[in-house]
Parts: sequence; structure tokens; C-alpha cells
Amino acid sequence: MIWNETMECMLRSEMRKLQGIRLKKTVELVYHNCEPYRRRMQEKGVTPADIHNIEDIVKLPFTSKKDLRDYYPFGLLSSPMSEIVRLQASSGTTGKPIVAGYTRNDLNIWGEVGARCFTAYGVCKNDVVQVSYGYGLFTGGLGAHAAVETLGGTVLPMSSGNTEKQIMLMHDFGSVALACTPSYALYLAEALKNSGYPREEFKLKTGAFGAEPWTEGMRKDLEEKLGIKAYDIYGLTEIIGPGVGHECMHQNGTHLCEDHFYPEIVNPETGEPLSAGETGELVFSTISKDGMPLLRFRTRDLTSLNYEKCECGRTSVRMSRILGRCDDMLIIRGVNVFPSQVESVICELPELEPHYLLIVDRGSNNLDTFEVQVEVKEEFYSDEMSRMLDIRKRIAHRLQSVLGIQPDLKLVEPRSIERSQGKAKRVIDKRKFK
Amino acid sequence: MLIKQLSIFLENKRGRFNEVATMLGKAGINMTAFTVAENSDFGILRLIVSDSEDARALLKENRYAVSVTDVICIQMPNNPGALAKVMSIIDGAGISIEYMYAFSSGNIALSIIRPDDLGKTVKVLSDNKIELLAASELFAL
Repeated sequence: MIWNETMECMLRSEMRKLQGIRLKKTVELVYHNCEPYRRRMQEKGVTPADIHNIEDIVKLPFTSKKDLRDYYPFGLLSSPMSEIVRLQASSGTTGKPIVAGYTRNDLNIWGEVGARCFTAYGVCKNDVVQVSYGYGLFTGGLGAHAAVETLGGTVLPMSSGNTEKQIMLMHDFGSVALACTPSYALYLAEALKNSGYPREEFKLKTGAFGAEPWTEGMRKDLEEKLGIKAYDIYGLTEIIGPGVGHECMHQNGTHLCEDHFYPEIVNPETGEPLSAGETGELVFSTISKDGMPLLRFRTRDLTSLNYEKCECGRTSVRMSRILGRCDDMLIIRGVNVFPSQVESVICELPELEPHYLLIVDRGSNNLDTFEVQVEVKEEFYSDEMSRMLDIRKRIAHRLQSVLGIQPDLKLVEPRSIERSQGKAKRVIDKRKFK
Repeated sequence: MLIKQLSIFLENKRGRFNEVATMLGKAGINMTAFTVAENSDFGILRLIVSDSEDARALLKENRYAVSVTDVICIQMPNNPGALAKVMSIIDGAGISIEYMYAFSSGNIALSIIRPDDLGKTVKVLSDNKIELLAASELFAL
């Protein structure tokens, strides 16, 4: 099913025309209402009169996460506070959070794009959708909430945590869809298994998972353990929240709602635009919002774009799975390592639970140490040392061939790696570079 | 003839064995024999206890990775050459031993053996009149 055929299945030439018109409007709005953008554009010698179509976007300055911190809290708003009806913020791990302001129009857009996502996941008006993202400043909970309400489904606003109750209500209310982080979904899968309710008493058939990167292996694992189809939902607080993009039933790339959020791929170091299909940093310009429109926002997410029409009928551009974040990248003994690479190995090995912890440190000899902790599935624990060592050797070998460096692999006791109830903490970097 | 042995995966962390021993002690489960195979990261604790089913359930409940393996217990006279005689029989039958552990007390010596072919081992040892202890006999010692 497609929520908005006009927008989601538009001819490429028509879409580019529409994007050009919307970009021009957005540039006028920010130029006249947002001082930092006006100054930035003047420094580059660009005015709204230079923007005629979507190709002109490369003339515009970038926006970085740092800009959002520098103009904290409201410096990048292009609408007066009288028009701002909602604030959200990302959980800043360091210092001040990233703040986003929404007008009534922005909230409508958020609901609209969210409805597209859940429709693509096969959710309809008759379905109960359990929203187990955290509610509050984090966009996950309220974003999924608005999506389901706009679609006309029934929201079960659980928020995260309280796992026993999650399972009880999922069972009693017949939740058809679950929306949460993939790591919490894994946690719920274990809880569901141990709940004592037979699987056939649940109606769950689909999941909308996002807010942290996940892999094909994790999808397979979730689909098997929960007995559902697991779909990616993509979003960022800076752009709007969950709903920027979504997978469809073919699970072959994340469709972006490009009539609202225009994507580009650039070289993460130079900012030079890359051509279609190349992997680089994803950049978004919001072209319909008016609360806090952002021009060419550098997401730090690494991916590529595919403009081919999808089997589902949508023509909207698809991005491939997020390879990682430029910021998540660990440089260990000079080698670039993404936690998502480790995750993909761990999920493809049948002996392992899908939980892991990376610990990076610097030894007294000034060499980086790289420890990977994994849990072996219960049925694979053996009385024979040689078998345990063989499992360890095979995992280490596989990790080395994917990562290019040899990890110190530690098999740890069952359930000793912390299960997350929100975003999973999977990396501990103890190195001090100062 | 076969005896149930519990194997527990333990990380090399201080106090870990103590936790297991305390837990079993509180539950009134007696350890008859045990051995630890270890490397720098983890160990495998192999245990023979008075009630293997209860012990397994208790360990599982406390989230230990525990598996159950059948082993055999050989009783020999506590004399020089007694073990060599048994080993020659096993070796002669082309059987490999994965691991074993042993203890002696007074006139008797006992050896717990995990061979690669359990059925064949029981048969050749019985054919050669080597005494295999049943679980109940072992606990009665």
C-alpha cells in the first residue's frame, strides 16, 4: 500500500521541478528570517535570486551539527516563537542537546511522512501499533505516535521500558506492529520468549525499527525471533525525526520522502558532491518546513543513493543501509572500524547471541588494544575446551577478515553483556588523546 | 554405568568459582569430583554432583551456561601400573580420550573419563573386567 501516490510515485523530472520550487521558497524564508543563514549566504556571495532550480543547491552553504550547538537553543529558527508549537531535542551525549522547533505545519508534515512509513510496512487503520520508543524530548516516541494517528491506526503509547507490561499489553491488546529501537526489539524478543504466552496468541506481524544503525543480520535475527517482518525507519531530530525515510515490503533500500527532505551524497572530507551510487556522507535540506528549516545539513551518516524505480511502484530515491556514522568510526591501529561491521559478523554466526561490546584502549606500549566481547548461545557451550577454542578462533578469524585488524576476542558468560532499553551502548573507547 | 557430568562456562574473574560453590552448598548439593580446564580468558568447570538435575536447574536459573555430558568412572586398585593397564585397553581399542581426571583414597583409585566413543569404551572395559562405577556407587564412597 502507498499512502501518497502523487508524491511517492512522481516522475523524476516532475519531482526535480517540485524540489526546485520548494528549495527556492525555503531559501527565501531562511535568508529573510534566520540571521546565521543570511550571513553565511552573504559570505558565499549567494542570494535567494541565485536559486532557480534544485541543481543550484550546491551554491548553498552547509549546516553542521556544530552550528546547531553554536546557535543553541533557538538561533536557527526561521519562524517566530508565536508560530513554534513544539520543541524536541536529541539526547546530547556531551553538553547541550540539539534542539528542534516545529510549527503546526511542520508537525503536519511529520505526521504525513510518518503515515507513508507505516503504510509501507503494511499497517492499516484497523491495526494497533505499539510505540515503544521513548516518549519525551527524543523524537522516536512522539514521531511514531503522530505517524500512526495520521494514518488512522490505533496508537498504544507504551514508551520504552517496563518490559513485562509491554509483553502483556502486546498480547492482550493484539498489537500488530511494534515501533522501537532494534536493540530494544531484541530485548523484547527474549522477554516474549520467556513470557509463557504461546506465539500464536500474539498478532504481531511487523516492526518499525530505527534510531540506531542496524544490519541485515540483525534483521534476520529479529524476523526469526519475533516472527515478523522488520523494517527500517530512518530519521534525525535535526531534519524532523523518524519519517525521513522508510523501507517498503521489498526491503531493498530506504525510500526517502524527498519532496520534503532533499538528499545529497558528498565526500565527508571535502564536501564535494558525489555521483549517484557512490558512498559518502548523507546531506539533507528540508524544503517544506518553516520552523527550523536546515540547508544542506551534514548528517555524518555514510550511505549511497539509488534513483531506480522500486518494485513497489515508488519512484522515491532509496538510500542503502547506513554503513556507519563518520563520528562512530573508530580508528584502531590506523584502521577504520565501524561497529556496524562487527555487528554484521556477529549476526551471521549461528553460535552467537546478537549482543556485543567493543572495548578500545591504548596499552603501555602505545599500541591500541581492541577487545570484542561476545556471548555464545546456550546450546553451543561445550564441556570440551577444544570446541570452545575452535568457536573463538572461527569468530576471531571472520572478524579479522572483515575488519582488517585482529581483535582480542573474549567469550563472556550468558547475559553478561548489558541489554539496552534504548540506544545500545556497544563501544567503550578508553583511549585518551589529549 | 554412565555418570552425568555438568560443565559450566566461567569467565576468568575473581570469585566466580566461589559463587558456584556457595550456591550449590546452600542448596545442599554435594560435589563428588571436579576439574577446571582453563585458558587466559575463561574456564570450563566440570563437576560431578549428588543431584545433577537439581544442580543443572539451579545453575540455569542463575544464568550460568551449563551443559550435561555423560562420562564414565573407573575404579582401580591404588597400585602402580593399575592405570596403565586400563589405558592400554582403551588405547588398544583405538579410543581417544577427550579429557580425564582422577583421585585416589586408601586402597582405591578412581578416574573419570570422557572418551570419544562412550559405548565402545564401556564395552571394552567391561569385557576386560574393569570395574565401572554407577552414579549411586560413586556417591556412596
